[in-house]
Amino acid sequence: MTIPLSCYLILSGILFTCGVLGFLIKRNIITIFMSIELMLNGVNLSFVAFAAQWHALSGQIFVFFVMVVAAAEAAVGLAIIIAVYRTRETLNVDQVNLLKL
Amino acid sequence: MHLILFLFFGGICVAGAVNLLVQRHPINSALSLVVVMASLAGEYLLLGAEFVAAIQVIVYAGAIMVLFIFTIMLLNAGEEERSKGSRVAILLGIPGVAIGGVLVAWTLLRHSNTAWVPMFALPGDPRAIARLLFRDFLLPFEVTSVLILIAIMGAVVLASKPEAVAPPKAAEPTPREAPELVASGRER
Amino acid sequence: MSITTFAIVSIIKSIAVIFVLLTAVAYSVWLERKVSAHIQNRWGPTRVGPFGLLQPLADGVKFIFKEDLTQPYVYKTLYIASPIIAVVFAITAISVIPFGNSITIGSITTPFQITDLNIGLLVVLGITSMGVYGVALAGWSSNSKYSLLGGLRASAQMISYEVSLGLSLIPVLMLAGSFSLREIVNKQQHLHWNFFYFPFGTLAFFVYLISAYAETNRTPFDLPEAESELVAGYHTEYSAMKFAMFFMAEYANMVTVACLSTLLFFGGWLGPVFGPPIVQSLLPVLWFCLKVFFFMFLYVWVRWTLPRFRYDQLMAFGWKVLLPTAVANLVVTGLVVAWKPDIWLVK
Repeated sequence: MTIPLSCYLILSGILFTCGVLGFLIKRNIITIFMSIELMLNGVNLSFVAFAAQWHALSGQIFVFFVMVVAAAEAAVGLAIIIAVYRTRETLNVDQVNLLKL
Repeated sequence: MHLILFLFFGGICVAGAVNLLVQRHPINSALSLVVVMASLAGEYLLLGAEFVAAIQVIVYAGAIMVLFIFTIMLLNAGEEERSKGSRVAILLGIPGVAIGGVLVAWTLLRHSNTAWVPMFALPGDPRAIARLLFRDFLLPFEVTSVLILIAIMGAVVLASKPEAVAPPKAAEPTPREAPELVASGRER
Repeated sequence: MSITTFAIVSIIKSIAVIFVLLTAVAYSVWLERKVSAHIQNRWGPTRVGPFGLLQPLADGVKFIFKEDLTQPYVYKTLYIASPIIAVVFAITAISVIPFGNSITIGSITTPFQITDLNIGLLVVLGITSMGVYGVALAGWSSNSKYSLLGGLRASAQMISYEVSLGLSLIPVLMLAGSFSLREIVNKQQHLHWNFFYFPFGTLAFFVYLISAYAETNRTPFDLPEAESELVAGYHTEYSAMKFAMFFMAEYANMVTVACLSTLLFFGGWLGPVFGPPIVQSLLPVLWFCLKVFFFMFLYVWVRWTLPRFRYDQLMAFGWKVLLPTAVANLVVTGLVVAWKPDIWLVK
């Protein structure tokens, strides 16, 4: 009933890579933001996996703090996106390329 | 048994992550991300971190992603178009990330530890976590509460509608003009 | 017991519980119609079976045979998936709810609960959080302005009142010391119900009840789906079976809230037990069912007595009144429990 730890780490790495890929190739601001959340989730998984290896609970505590920071960042980031949309009328990052309209 | 369950949840996870990249409409990407988070909660349960799994579902999948979906609905985000920028990004991005990913994976696996993790390895019950959270990690806990307060205030200020600009003074009818208007109205 | 016996017993329990839940959902519709009728001084369903008891069956047949319209302009996948999501999450919450003590048939002793998780209360809260998706996606995928507004309003209301719902349950957790629902009930022996823990338990109960009424989109908080407002809110464009699934999801949520109210505040299945062992196993279930029936009746009673809130009044009430009350209750209960954990202000 044991599996090697690298299984969890590989899964975490795949999630993180998908997050980075989404951040680079997607053109919609909200989808880019969701790729950031995907990266954070991948990192959370590796925290919990290492906590399981060393039987240290501090890994899980750190996962809490990552979640809290992600929640705060999502709230403020989405508010910024709404503010940007109000002035630029577009959600495409390629078209938000002027500092002043 | 552990391997079968891990592959089940892991497969759903990776499928959701790939679906997020492949889908063109942001709402489909958001829903795939919800699937990823739910399957990650399953992975946490496999490791014995039951409280973290419950918190993942409640906070991440149940609150943060609802916020994303609200934003997508409010801003009426449509499908992504193929533009020059996206073609360049795909041309350079996919090989770049592939090279970077292979490099990181090779480095990590070269020094890999062959530790074996049993099922339900962690004592993840709320009592043990509470003992750590409210004794050793009390200061970061209080700091995150201040962080959330700042985030709430910032989000409310940023997302509020800009106030209507007050009309300039010259356009307002001066008190001398107003009785004339009223008088003319009475005449009619 | 062996793993196969455990699996078979669990499957039987799951099927039985889901069957009972779906019957309870169907007959809560009957209860609503009868009680509302008598409140309004009329009879309600009387023709289909004695006292109209076969009315849910007739309603079910009607829903199955009704024409299932699917508009051409909806987002097909989400349109079909939203009622499924709503119903699945509404019914899943029953899986951690205990109905009584254990029952012994032959050599097999099994508790009256599909599974007793030591984070049971968190699981129920998580599932109700996920239930917001059914509403939000239904409103959006219908691709019509009434549905979108109704869906956004309903889901904003649900996530606002989720906060005070969770916070109002923390005093209960402090008194019980565990997230497991069975533990919480076992700490309420000898009429030491959490409701009688004056004033914190009573206040927590009322905050929980009001938040739960708002969470399940029931009057006086049912503006997003009332018939006279916004056409019909997020289920405007749904007909026949899909609408029936939203209907079922709402009543299943009501049943879950009623079950949680009895477990957390009114002692669950605790009541006088006597008699031979089989009766001793079944009597707690009877007390549980009676208490849940009382809460369902309360739901219907409140619906047909109170007028509904306007949306801005609703949101202001949730954030400006209920949330500070829940937080203040939490803080004071924490202080009292830390000072003297066995204090009972009302004996």
